[in-house]
Amino acid sequence: MTVPQDIDVLRTKLEQTRGREYWRSLESLSETPEFKEYLHREFPQNASEWLDPVGRRNFLKLMGASLALAGVSACTRQPTEELVPYVRQPEELVLGKPLFYATAMPMAGAGMGLLVESHEGRPTKIEGNPDHPSSRGATDVYAQAAILGLYDPDRSRTLTNLGEIRPFETFAGAAQAVLSSQEASQGAGVRILTETVASPTLAAQLRDLLGRYPLAKWVQWEPLGRHNAREGSRLAFGEYADAQYDIEKATVLVSLDADFLCTGPAGLKHARAFASRRRADGDPALASRLYAVESTPTITGSRADHRLPLRPSEVEAFALLLAEVLQVHPEISRRGSVPDVAYGWVVALAGDLRAHRGRSLVIAGDGQPPIVHALAHLINEELGNVGFTVGYTQTAEAQPTNQLDGLRELVADMNAGTVDMLLILGGNPAYSAPVDLDFTAAMESVPFRAHLSLYADETSAQCHWHIPEAHFLEAWSDVRSDDGTATIVQPLIAPLYNGKSAHEVLAAVTDAGRSGYDLVREHWSRETGLSMESSPVAAAPIPPAGGAAGASAGVTAVEGAEPAGPPPVAAAPVQLLSPLDREWRRWLHDGLVPETAFALRTLLVMEADVAAAVGASIEGAQSGLEVVFRADPSVYDGRFANNAWLQETPKPLTKLTWDNAALISPATAARLELTNGDIVELSAGDRSIRIPVWVAPGQAADTLTLHLGYGRTRAGRAGNGTGFNVNPLRTTAAPDILTNVALTTTGETYTLASTQDHWSLEGRNLVRVATSTQYAEDPLFAQKMEHMPITGLSMYAEHKSNGYAWGMTIDQNVCTGCNSCVVACQAENNVPVVGKEQVLNGREMHWLRIDRYYSGDLENPDTYHQPMPCQQCENAPCEVVCPVAATVHSDEGLNDMVYNRCVGTRYCSNNCPYKVRRFNFLLYQDWDTPSLSLQRNPDVTVRSRGVMEKCTYCVQRINHARVAAKLEDRSIRDGDVVTACQSACPTEAIVFGDINDPNSRVSRIKASQLNYSLLAELNARPRTTYLAIVRNPNTDLEPAGSRPAEEHG
Amino acid sequence: MAAAPGHSHDGVADGGNMRPIPPVIAPGHTFESVTEKIGGIVLTKRTQIGWLVGFAIGFALLMLMNMTIGQLLFVGIGVFGNNNPVGWAFPIINFVWWIGIGHAGTLISAILLLFRQQWRTSINRFAEAMTLFAVACAAMFPLLHTGRPWLAAYWLFPYPNSMGLWPQFRSPLIWDVFAVSTYFTVSLLFWYTGLVPDMATLRDRAKSKAGKVIYGMLSLGWRGSARHWHRYEMAYLLLAGISTPLVLSVHTVVSFDFAVSVVPGWHATIFPPYFVAGAVYSGFAMVMTLAIPLRKFYGLEDFITMRHIHNMTKIMLVTGMIVAYGYANEVFFSWYSANMYEGYMMHNRMTGPYAVFYWSLIAINACMIQLFWFRSVRDNVGLLFVLSLLVNVGMWLERFIIIVTSLHRDFLPSSWDMYQPTRWDFAMFAGTIGLFLSLFFLFIRFLPALAIFEMRTIVPEAKLQPEQHG
Repeated sequence: MTVPQDIDVLRTKLEQTRGREYWRSLESLSETPEFKEYLHREFPQNASEWLDPVGRRNFLKLMGASLALAGVSACTRQPTEELVPYVRQPEELVLGKPLFYATAMPMAGAGMGLLVESHEGRPTKIEGNPDHPSSRGATDVYAQAAILGLYDPDRSRTLTNLGEIRPFETFAGAAQAVLSSQEASQGAGVRILTETVASPTLAAQLRDLLGRYPLAKWVQWEPLGRHNAREGSRLAFGEYADAQYDIEKATVLVSLDADFLCTGPAGLKHARAFASRRRADGDPALASRLYAVESTPTITGSRADHRLPLRPSEVEAFALLLAEVLQVHPEISRRGSVPDVAYGWVVALAGDLRAHRGRSLVIAGDGQPPIVHALAHLINEELGNVGFTVGYTQTAEAQPTNQLDGLRELVADMNAGTVDMLLILGGNPAYSAPVDLDFTAAMESVPFRAHLSLYADETSAQCHWHIPEAHFLEAWSDVRSDDGTATIVQPLIAPLYNGKSAHEVLAAVTDAGRSGYDLVREHWSRETGLSMESSPVAAAPIPPAGGAAGASAGVTAVEGAEPAGPPPVAAAPVQLLSPLDREWRRWLHDGLVPETAFALRTLLVMEADVAAAVGASIEGAQSGLEVVFRADPSVYDGRFANNAWLQETPKPLTKLTWDNAALISPATAARLELTNGDIVELSAGDRSIRIPVWVAPGQAADTLTLHLGYGRTRAGRAGNGTGFNVNPLRTTAAPDILTNVALTTTGETYTLASTQDHWSLEGRNLVRVATSTQYAEDPLFAQKMEHMPITGLSMYAEHKSNGYAWGMTIDQNVCTGCNSCVVACQAENNVPVVGKEQVLNGREMHWLRIDRYYSGDLENPDTYHQPMPCQQCENAPCEVVCPVAATVHSDEGLNDMVYNRCVGTRYCSNNCPYKVRRFNFLLYQDWDTPSLSLQRNPDVTVRSRGVMEKCTYCVQRINHARVAAKLEDRSIRDGDVVTACQSACPTEAIVFGDINDPNSRVSRIKASQLNYSLLAELNARPRTTYLAIVRNPNTDLEPAGSRPAEEHG
Repeated sequence: MAAAPGHSHDGVADGGNMRPIPPVIAPGHTFESVTEKIGGIVLTKRTQIGWLVGFAIGFALLMLMNMTIGQLLFVGIGVFGNNNPVGWAFPIINFVWWIGIGHAGTLISAILLLFRQQWRTSINRFAEAMTLFAVACAAMFPLLHTGRPWLAAYWLFPYPNSMGLWPQFRSPLIWDVFAVSTYFTVSLLFWYTGLVPDMATLRDRAKSKAGKVIYGMLSLGWRGSARHWHRYEMAYLLLAGISTPLVLSVHTVVSFDFAVSVVPGWHATIFPPYFVAGAVYSGFAMVMTLAIPLRKFYGLEDFITMRHIHNMTKIMLVTGMIVAYGYANEVFFSWYSANMYEGYMMHNRMTGPYAVFYWSLIAINACMIQLFWFRSVRDNVGLLFVLSLLVNVGMWLERFIIIVTSLHRDFLPSSWDMYQPTRWDFAMFAGTIGLFLSLFFLFIRFLPALAIFEMRTIVPEAKLQPEQHG
């Protein structure tokens, strides 16, 4: 056989074919012996590689790949694609005009209602759903950052079996085979491990499964579950219940280590309610008073009028002492010891509580033991608060259980070899399970392990199968929020990586695969009794879309009544609407299923049981160091470890980024001769971890706070290698508080990246504070704290501002420093992430930062949060020094950045007294990752290297509102423009609007006596102003005049 | 003291018990010996090993600069240590430092010419060259420290364009562009004009063909006719007149970069005179740093005499004292203004994290220069060389203190941060020193480092007979 002949033959063959046929012929050609021989001879230089095993493998790979690419991939005819967009434009879609869809974010056993902004089918920004009770239009940081999680390039993209890529059907087949082999044993070997389930549909599916396999078990594990609250309610009421707090009605609030503002499923609701009575523009007589007892400085503690740092073990003693002083039960009396200061505190607190019966509230923190929760319930009952400031309902989670017991049992079963199939739907137990269970080792004995997860993480690595999970913005589901309100989770985009939802995986394993859409609809059809069948009489017009509030930013919110545009859902041509459809569309539009909130239940505290439990609780005074485990304010329990926005968000109080650290009080650090970054070894029993310490003012003495969620090894490129894993100290016996911890110094140090190195105000009147008494005596105290520049000295006439004049106020009374605005700004304005090295070098890019200052005693300071966007000065110092006029003033008072014109001298930044300008020292934007470009807001320029940038007051939103107003031939109304930070703010601390309109909300707030400009003496005339803080202390604890208001010298 | 021409050079004592003032040129020199000595350095075929070594060092550093610029352009300004509060750092420090150094050249050539200070003749040529090279080094920094130098290179100039966009004339950086570019242009013209007669001398004396052609072209057809000399003198005087205000204006404008801003530590009315004095001070230190080895290695002690050394030391003493007054003034006003930001700024300079640099600066620029009062110090050339180098260090530190300590802690304590230079910062600084050295070594090898024809005017032969009776 000679080569030329073969080539000729092949050439002739190939020449006879054209176009698409060509490739199909090539594929067939590749099967012929001649062709194989030809290929072999065509590359004689590769022949030698057959002898070298590595080279041969490479050669085979290359050969295989080229064959696959050249011919085999064409074995299925690709669908015809035409590049003519929208010959028939989808209804409601106007290019360049975003649409908003209502959905919800499930997290840790509850959902948060959201509106998601979608540009031509790609979600770009998450807002809160104003109609949803747990959101009221606000969001927390996690929801804001979820959009980046959707587009995370490190999400797993393929279903794998032992590392090999497999189609979903193969997995479903394998799982069905295992499951059917379990029919005989009634599923005795089947275990399903989920996170806390708040999805009614998923719960129903799981119950169905348990019905078919009665001996199978469903186990839930949430690393930061509410086990203490659950057990506390069991102790108090004999059953699982959720307390629903009406914080707006409470005049005196007591937090027993409860970080109830902004964190937790009801955090946003609580924060909004708390703020309603603390606003600077509110009635000072109605101000509530917050007492916080806590071990770790939290944002709740930072807003407290009185804060008492106690060691974790002392909080329980404090609760008992309070119960005793309030005389809630004769058998409940003080146990354990509290510091002397706490006695005086308790007396004053008890007096305040008694004076406000029915208008007070005691809240126990999720990290506190059940007895503290039971005591809180008892105290609330004794104070007559039940029915006024607190009510009880069933739990939001579908199946409240003692998760620790469940997990313990699962591990025991696995170790006993009785588990044949372990299906893990979400979560990362290999990383997060208590260390004493040794979950990873126990898993090894299970012959079939499958893990559904967004990332191929630590748990996936231990499983036979890894199934990429659909993000909540990619799949249909449903979820209940803390008060029971159900929301249909509707997808905004088709799964980017063929991910599956838990519903679909369960369905595929048990039945023939059903789509998540069908499953959710069927469930709600069953739940509500509304038929999915359309009947001729059911033909009715589509309910009018309306009602839902126009979302934000003056963008005309066209909330989809249809399922979101992109997902290929079975939306049959609607002529006849089924009864379900008629409601369904409303549910999707509003983002909630009406009347699904739980009814309040009457529960009575079983006082005797609580009293008996008290006797058994405290083991005596603790000495030695104690450790508290808490959710990280950025990465939570580690699930957001690969979210670079969250990693780079400075934690509210420490301002640390990209790492966790063991928080330690200044006094303890001084005693142990430790400073920031010193690595210590913490050991309890035979377990130990090494972690750097960070000195946190306000931390309780001899207490170390460890944040979960770091030290991940398989999180992704952003999350790997950040921080320190503290789970090796966390056991089932002590999942929240660990006592008698030994600390040894190692002499090593670690560099921690904090965005704010300096905590003191240096005597500068940047944050102005007075007590309510001082404010009553001198309502103008905030105005007297600074020399005001003399006006009228300029040679030029005063500028007359006509038309709109945009301005902002920030109410420091209600700002909790929760960071929602920071991440919202990042998402809205395409702000890049720079990484730890650059943060260390002071080059973080956040347009909006939150400055945190302390004043007073280092061990228990007053803490202030001061959000710092561009101040949009009228006499902007940055503008006059720019040599190329790249930063100029608009006639509406905005200090505009012209990115194209900027050459990057950074003179403007030097001359900015507020240092709010951000410079692209390097190419911080990721231009290359395709998925990230989908995320970006098309209305905001993506900046490149060498350019200055800063807050624009969300000028794109102003312009959207302007367009909308012009179309309607009117002026922009107050409230039409909502900046991203304002919209995300849970406490509505940020107000934006036209200050030329005397009736606008911002104008009215600016008229307040508490309104002041930062650094007013520089005469930059910032348009962003701040509202001075009025504290509301108990005069018994803080006599008037004990802390004089500062005045300028 | 401004001695009358003809009297100063032969060392007349001006006071009863004072020691004699050294002459501006050693006795015994003739037209021929001066021309031979200075021209010979250039026209010799033998390149000295010392020159080669020095040039190699300078050239190696120049290549380092090129590498740094490459890195800068490909990676970004982020290779330097600048960060958010400290937007300006090494590049601007180096810019101001180099610009300041340049000032001595212009002062010597222009102002001392107008004041008829004859001793300037021996040092003006290389001082002017130093000015040019220093300004060349300086001019790179404002461009390269920007985020997008390829745009800054022309957007900072007012050129007509279809968008009707002009630079922002209120920005001191634009004033800088005009000040520095004018300064460089005038300095170049001044230097070259002064070179023309010497070029003709070299053309006439060159042995090699290349030398004849190149020097011939550079001499612009100079024939030494009376008309040429007349026009030359007139042009030179005019250029001196034009240059004189530039000595004051350039560093005044550079100081406006700081004084116009609101930053505590920058916003000060004393800056213009304080900066100009500092510039002359550092410039003379650099002239001294260059002159001492130059006269040593090329045996020019006859031309650059102790008279020059003494005079330069005295000028450094005067200007150094003005600078020290500036420091005292800053301290005073930080208290007197009763402004907490100003007060903290000074407190931070003295006790903050960069305090060691502040006190080094005070030690050098306020304390060490008091040594110049002593004649024994002024006579000790080796010591003066070390002191002049230290003055250069001190003036660099002054700019570091002004720029970095003012920026790193300004109004809001939340944005306070530290600045740390990177290796590229040092590489760029070393690189410009390399550029300077390379140019300077080329200059002394290929151009007359001292003005031959001007030197000829101060030899005794040049004096008319009647004056010798005086």
